[in-house]
Amino acid sequence: MYTTELKDKNQKSAPLVLAPEDPERLAAFDARVAADDFIEPKDWMPEAYRKTLVRQISQHAHSEIVGMLPEGNWITRAPSLRRKAVLLAKVQDEGGHGLYLYAAAETLGTSREEMIEALHSGRAKYSTIFNYPTLTWADIGAIGWLVDGAAIMNQVPLQRTSYGPYARAMVRICKEESFHQRQGFEIMMTLASGTPEQKRMAQDALNRWWWPSIMMFGPSDANSPNTAQSVRWRIKRETNDELRQKFIDVTVPQAEAIGLTVPDPDLKWNAERESYDYGEIDWEEFYAVVRGEGAVAKERMQARVQAWEDGKWVRDAAAAHAEKHASRMAAE
Amino acid sequence: MSNTASSSEAVGQTKTWPLWEVFIRVKNGLSHRHAGSVHAADAKMALEAARDTYTRRMEGVSLWVVPSAAIVASDPGDAAELFEPAADKVYRHPTFYVIPEGIKNI
Repeated sequence: MYTTELKDKNQKSAPLVLAPEDPERLAAFDARVAADDFIEPKDWMPEAYRKTLVRQISQHAHSEIVGMLPEGNWITRAPSLRRKAVLLAKVQDEGGHGLYLYAAAETLGTSREEMIEALHSGRAKYSTIFNYPTLTWADIGAIGWLVDGAAIMNQVPLQRTSYGPYARAMVRICKEESFHQRQGFEIMMTLASGTPEQKRMAQDALNRWWWPSIMMFGPSDANSPNTAQSVRWRIKRETNDELRQKFIDVTVPQAEAIGLTVPDPDLKWNAERESYDYGEIDWEEFYAVVRGEGAVAKERMQARVQAWEDGKWVRDAAAAHAEKHASRMAAE
Repeated sequence: MSNTASSSEAVGQTKTWPLWEVFIRVKNGLSHRHAGSVHAADAKMALEAARDTYTRRMEGVSLWVVPSAAIVASDPGDAAELFEPAADKVYRHPTFYVIPEGIKNI
């Protein structure tokens, strides 16, 4: 799963203002990045680069962790043992992805606790997509196919992102993510070729998840003021609109192949551009969800905070055990 | 590699678990390679967390976990000086030597 850099509408025009950097070092840094060299944790880097990365990587990590919730809802209700085993493995992968990313962000000097606290207190953002509810089993198919599909589109270029630990985490994540998309498509395909009621269920899931999925690529380029800097820094390799178009172009034929209809009356093939033209995106909805007005935003955070609090005694016990063991070893 | 292991830093009432670096041997015959890091209270937990985090698809036959704080790293800012002694010793490479044509097996 993935999030693009998220800010609500009011934040978007506030650029990062930081103390000026030593111009010589900055020029050397820019040249390295421009030459596609990787930046490693102990290398010198401009403060704005560090801050942008911490924000992007931690938002990405939070999205993986919160992303476990909508699917976790369905583990006990999966329609067969096979589907249940697959869904468990997928949700476990999302947890793993969150951990790779938290570790990558920690190399920039932030701590795991700071990031978790920022998420739980609502200061940190995560992908808006997870604030939509999963109402039917078909939603699990739609999430794998569309949400993970959009995530892959976003993440593949990030394997070459300029920050080494982030790029390495993305290589690992991309390898694991393609099973997520395929299992989702398989669920949709099975439903679409089932009874009329099952097909209706698949179509209904596509209707509800299509627009939120294409919003996952973030605001259009015109409203994404940090994109240019991020592209220069190789933190981002393609713009939001470029990635969105790519996703639409590959996904529409997949929907047609299984007899489902993409819920966009303006969608049509443009032979000249060799791409699909698509309808206007409802950005008001997007920004409302970023602000935390998504259908289940409160529920998601309550579930996260409760899991953290319920796990406290386990963390305390493990720490106490380690301490006791260490002091015994020292005494021997 | 992470630059800090905040093992003694107390957050709330719970102490932060130390950071461990994870190394995986993909198969016998190959050396262990750095895969990433995990937080864990002790070595046993670090091994289990490393297994769950980095080998969900049979990625290895052996794991090492090393307290991050135990790693001594060179400073990339000093790389030029540190590696300078090797810079002018191209004669350490076989291609430095010119062997006439017709001489074989060397």
